[in-house]
Amino acid sequence: MYRRLMQHLVRGTAAAAVSAGILLGTPALAARTDVILGIRLEPPHLDPTAGAAAAIAEIVYNNVFQGLTRIDRDGTVKPSLAERWEVSEDGKVYTFHLRQGVKFHDGTTFDAEDVKFSLDRARAADSVNPQKGLFEPIDTVEVVDPQTVRITLKRPSGSLPFSLGWAAAVIVAPESAADNKTTPVGTGPFKLAEWVKGDHVTLTRSDGYWGEPVALEKATFKIIGDPTASFAALMAGDVDAFPIFPAPENVPQFEADPRFTVVVGDTEGKTVLAMNNGKKPFDDIRVRRAVSHAVDRKALVEGAMYGYGKPIGSHFAPQDKGYVDLTGKYPFDPEKAKALLKEAGAENLSVRLVLPPPDYARRGGEVLAAQLRNVGISVEIVPMEWAQWLSEVFRNKNFDMTVVSHVEPLDLDIYARDDYYFGYKDPEYRALYERFVASTDESERLALLGQLQEKLADDAVNAWLFLLPKIGIWDARLEGLWENTPVPANDLTEAKWRE
Amino acid sequence: MLVYLAKRLASLAATLVIASVVIFAVMEVLPGDPAEIMLGTNARPDTLAALRADFGLDRPAPERYAAWVAGFVQGDLGRSYTYSVPVGELVAQRLWVSLPLAAISLLLTVLIAVPVGALAAARRNGPADVGIMAATQVGIAVPNFWFAMLLVFVFAVSLRLLPAGGFPGWGAGLWPAGRSLILPAVALALPQASILARVMRSSLIDALGEDYVRTARAKGLSRSEVVRRHALRNALIPVLTIMGLQFSFLLAGTIIIENVFFLPGLGRLVFQAITQRDLIVVKSIVMLLVASVVIVNFLVEVAYAAVDPRLRRRA
Repeated sequence: MYRRLMQHLVRGTAAAAVSAGILLGTPALAARTDVILGIRLEPPHLDPTAGAAAAIAEIVYNNVFQGLTRIDRDGTVKPSLAERWEVSEDGKVYTFHLRQGVKFHDGTTFDAEDVKFSLDRARAADSVNPQKGLFEPIDTVEVVDPQTVRITLKRPSGSLPFSLGWAAAVIVAPESAADNKTTPVGTGPFKLAEWVKGDHVTLTRSDGYWGEPVALEKATFKIIGDPTASFAALMAGDVDAFPIFPAPENVPQFEADPRFTVVVGDTEGKTVLAMNNGKKPFDDIRVRRAVSHAVDRKALVEGAMYGYGKPIGSHFAPQDKGYVDLTGKYPFDPEKAKALLKEAGAENLSVRLVLPPPDYARRGGEVLAAQLRNVGISVEIVPMEWAQWLSEVFRNKNFDMTVVSHVEPLDLDIYARDDYYFGYKDPEYRALYERFVASTDESERLALLGQLQEKLADDAVNAWLFLLPKIGIWDARLEGLWENTPVPANDLTEAKWRE
Repeated sequence: MLVYLAKRLASLAATLVIASVVIFAVMEVLPGDPAEIMLGTNARPDTLAALRADFGLDRPAPERYAAWVAGFVQGDLGRSYTYSVPVGELVAQRLWVSLPLAAISLLLTVLIAVPVGALAAARRNGPADVGIMAATQVGIAVPNFWFAMLLVFVFAVSLRLLPAGGFPGWGAGLWPAGRSLILPAVALALPQASILARVMRSSLIDALGEDYVRTARAKGLSRSEVVRRHALRNALIPVLTIMGLQFSFLLAGTIIIENVFFLPGLGRLVFQAITQRDLIVVKSIVMLLVASVVIVNFLVEVAYAAVDPRLRRRA
């Protein structure tokens, strides 16, 4: 303990000396090896296999914990703890070949038994994995030898390598899994050094790391919840980077300042004006189409997002493979909207619009309400906190409309689920989705993705609004941070300071 | 005296029991489910059920109430759903922020209120008095969170003298930690000091009208000496009473102020716990606060009774 404290003090002093050198304008001899990143929300704990909060993955994904595969900065699947894999002809048996010489932070060796343990744990009856559905197609996980794992599926699935790259599918060790919430033990290039609750989480470089050595020795995630405070923290140099900057209104000031790099990238956050398809008046397709025509996405993005955010026309992110541009499907046309409402006998509609806490929903909801009133729909705005939204809207479906961003990548499955909150039950869509899941042929999969998007847009299940932007602001000398967030992550393996 | 004590103790116990039932009931009817918050929108019903069982939420309410009270009495505040560490540990960590913050702001309150109030009383109806009365009126009217934002804007964003928020932990050193408490303490103290200064002023004016002041003046003491040696001490009694009351307001005020400044204190813990439906944390902390207020009141009553026999008989 004492030694750890001393190491910590020595490192801290060295880091302070380096930053003091920069502040005084003396040339630093070597590039910095520490970084301070601002994050908005504190994670409840640090185990991505037991909690859905994006803040968990934003600290530990690919830094502390790794999966068999990983999702890279461009959203593609890359090998991670599995060096390579093969899939059988029928698409039902996957064989993963594991990397040799990998150790967990506590010194235990990583092998096929850990993979079996992790996947079986996520699938178990008492599993509390937030993405248990990802593992549902798995029938058995077998250890062939310490370096080989065979996964047999209940039915063919082409999405398995992608699913295994999620933060909820990282590999943990039986010796340490129970305590990962507070003392995460993974195989990644960084390990947890300290967590001062309510203020920051610090990771340090792990010495026995198997992969390409990382440039950073220390990464501190500083929790700054208030948008104004995050602006002040960047300007004052308290943090080096804010990978997901929460105050779009302040972006022009950073763009004008040569000390900073501003990168407006994409997330997977498909922001929707969701309609309750299960009850009046939105069980009528004409009313849903009217709403789609009533929404002026351009004005919405300007008014609620300060111009950041790409308009979307279906439930699919433009940067993902298989995207079809359907933004022209329902052009902004208040007259047409009114005509459709009249045809449906739904004049003088009065609806409740439930808004969860994020700014995109609260600000966006105000703009949308005005646009809907413009075509004669009277809108009552009901703000809710997340806990209430989850039980009232998501579980009990006690709502007419809501605004929410679906941040999971490639989540077209939600429209094929029984009992999902917006109540879309279409056999044709489900059959199409089944075909997509079963297909392991790349070109067929892409074609089916296109058809799925078109089917949703045609049925106007929801009014799709815009893709949530990822506004990243960091010190201009910092390199290698992700421009986009295909999955919630702050992967620091390639981050470094320019010399 | 023994009978009196027994009666008081019984009423103390009854108050605590009623409070615990009310707190538990309110948490029960609060919409929202901690498991849903933890597992998010992709959670499956079986996973949610497994997590609820893990939290013990699958058991009937009376059973959970009994388990909570039994644990509480033995000093076990339960285990946080979200952080999965003992609630007692969380509270202890957070008190290291909230108690120093409350202490500093109380100190600031007194350091501002007593001299300012005394000055106003001594210069009654003079320009200093009028100025002070106007200023304290503004101090009472302005909400402390708004004042806090003003302080951040001036001292953190414009002048960059103090941090805009956050708390590096006492491990970072006395000054780095202490300086991040300065703005929050000032924001908390000013409205309180405004109230206290006005109490101080009127109490001192009353004292200055007393016979013993006239006698002291007649003996030949100067005006300022009379204030210092006689009136001030007597005037402090109501000020102390108000200060005692203010301490509980201070605790409530820290909830808002800690959120404005992102201080990891007890107030923010309660606030976060409510939004995440970490009900065990909310229940235990609220109960802890209720218990401490009730017990302090009990001790004060006993102390009064010890001094004044009339109170014993009336009870």
